[in-house]
Amino acid sequence: MAKQITMQNFEQEVVQSSTPILLDFWATWCGPCQRQGPIIDQMAADGWNVGKVNVDESQELAAKFRVMSIPTLVVVKDGKEVARAVGLQAREQLEQMLRNA
Amino acid sequence: MDNLIIIGSGPAGISAALYAARAGLHPLILSQGMGALKNAERIENFYGVQPMTGAQLHTWGEQQAQALGARLIHTQVLGVSGFDTYTVSTVDGSYEAIAVLIATGVKRAAPPLPGVRELDGRGISYCAVCDAFFYRGKKVAVLGSGDFAMKEAEELGMAGSVTILTNGAPKTFSRPCPFPLDERPIEAILGTEQVEGVRFTDGTQLELDGVFIALGTAGGSEMARRVGAALDDKGNVKVDENMQTVLPGLYAAGDCTGGTFQVAKAVHEGMTAGLSAIQYIRNYRKNHHLL
Repeated sequence: MAKQITMQNFEQEVVQSSTPILLDFWATWCGPCQRQGPIIDQMAADGWNVGKVNVDESQELAAKFRVMSIPTLVVVKDGKEVARAVGLQAREQLEQMLRNA
Repeated sequence: MDNLIIIGSGPAGISAALYAARAGLHPLILSQGMGALKNAERIENFYGVQPMTGAQLHTWGEQQAQALGARLIHTQVLGVSGFDTYTVSTVDGSYEAIAVLIATGVKRAAPPLPGVRELDGRGISYCAVCDAFFYRGKKVAVLGSGDFAMKEAEELGMAGSVTILTNGAPKTFSRPCPFPLDERPIEAILGTEQVEGVRFTDGTQLELDGVFIALGTAGGSEMARRVGAALDDKGNVKVDENMQTVLPGLYAAGDCTGGTFQVAKAVHEGMTAGLSAIQYIRNYRKNHHLL
């Protein structure tokens, strides 16, 4: 399972992360998000630095990243957003975003 | 619960139906009219067939599938939802099935308004169910002029206000639309960081926090995108070699998967999808102890 990112661990897991991290903004009621979730979990299991943000529970984070459509995938490097994709993404696409970061 | 629902009665949908019907699965075809074949004046490059109009070929196709036991209903499909099995909602009610084939053809859509692409995910949305949450108490609009737009507007109950923007297109609502309409043609979606409103061609502006896109009738790509199937980089429905989307039991075939817009290509993909779906449905029924 990918780690859950909240306001509490955002500083430590995302801002201070030594490598770029991919954040998946999602919610339980969103069909495409249900498809994205297992892809993110599999990437986590394979060692990629990824995290999930439940927009319902972490509305401040969704607002901070101006997320207004889900799923939204954001790559953060040194505390700054460097890439973003909206809508369900294939794993290769997400790996590419992380590699390019 | 149906075995297989086929959305579209063109060469892809009918070809799948022929195989599924002969396999005894009684497929349900939801026909939305003739699609691209209507504009084909003369088809003379399809194997063994004397030159004829697209309309004639389409009629014969529907009759052929029905003669083999496929059921055909004329309706307008609004969307597909579900995880394990699927629900297809139409203007006349909902249908459930183990597998669904999207064979809608493609919409010859007008080029998007300035701002639509640039603000995707920043106030432009294609999924009201997914994104209504972000617009609680806010001012939103749905861009569209038919039942598809009305359905999206209905999903936006928590927004502060919902207006339907027809952008000057003819209205095709099958029942009275309960939402306020603004029928003026639009020049552009406004906003840099996020959607701020729209500007009409008469020069006036309407302030908005979000615009949901639901033009015309729901196209194959839109159905796929909303249920969670992936699209390719050209916006066509992404399928594997069995014509299955990334979702088990959800197939796509014909023009909506991109490539060559030819009857032969659609027939081939429809056949492949039909055969794959037969296998999938048989396995599903076995694993779920359905008769």
